[in-house]
Amino acid sequence: MPESNPYFGRAERFIGLLRHCQVLGIKVKEADAESLTLELPYSSNHVGNPTSGVIHGGVITTLMDTACGTMVINALPEFELCPTLDLRVDYVRAAEPKKPIYALAEAYRVSRNVVFTRCTVHQGDPESPVANCVGTFMRIGSHLSPPDFKAAVLGTAEAQTPGRQDQSGAN
Amino acid sequence: MMKFTDILKEAHETGQFQPVVDAIPYANLLGLEFQRFGSDVIFRLPDNKDNIGNPILPAVHGGVIGGFMEMSAALHLLMFLDTPAMPKIVDFSLDYLRAARGGRDTFAECQVIRQGSRVANVIINAWQTRREDAVATARAHFLLAP
Repeated sequence: MPESNPYFGRAERFIGLLRHCQVLGIKVKEADAESLTLELPYSSNHVGNPTSGVIHGGVITTLMDTACGTMVINALPEFELCPTLDLRVDYVRAAEPKKPIYALAEAYRVSRNVVFTRCTVHQGDPESPVANCVGTFMRIGSHLSPPDFKAAVLGTAEAQTPGRQDQSGAN
Repeated sequence: MMKFTDILKEAHETGQFQPVVDAIPYANLLGLEFQRFGSDVIFRLPDNKDNIGNPILPAVHGGVIGGFMEMSAALHLLMFLDTPAMPKIVDFSLDYLRAARGGRDTFAECQVIRQGSRVANVIINAWQTRREDAVATARAHFLLAP
């Protein structure tokens, strides 16, 4: 997907700032105004059950939390850093080992204070999910969101690392 | 190398679960540790920059907190129930109460609310400085039958 897609660029920069997402290897696959897909390649480091080679539910939780949280950024008119209020996850089947997992997220309601999201994790067919979740995020307001973070996600900072270049034109 | 099923079996016989934790790659990725105090166990997630999400606060990634709590609940079940196999998580409901700050260790404690023949209901509390000031609270169902 081209860098010119603002939703894709924003999602990619946001995830690039989250250290643990880099450790896991989470990548943006698709992004637009309505939905977002993240990809996580299989890694033996993610295994929760050495007998079966199945990845741990926590890896899926992290992927879903990240997918929903990134979707929130793309669903709001202005950059807001929204903390997760809660996540409710159903693990409907074990992920097949050695295959990537994908998280497809959407924000189905944006209210004044809360953003409601849902997400499906699958391995190629969203109709045959590995896990489903709903997550709610609290809006803290654009004015309370850290300016460095905002500039880094929007790509308006010269250097896209927070803290290094804080006199950008973003604010 | 010993098979994981044999490691589990041995841990049940000896009551020593460190080899089980050592054999689970995701537990090592997070850096999970535990300490038993008689019939109590406290799980610990040591401060680790690789677990950070929000770089500004900084805060531990919410997914890491969730993963740590899920892993703690599964290990808790392994330790206290007569389950020879790794319990399978069915669902997980997680409330985030405050940011888990980077630079601090995070702890978790589990309580088995109900254990049936096939399913167990577990609640998990996670905190950093004071147990009363939880960073997250969660509830999970696990399938116990292999």
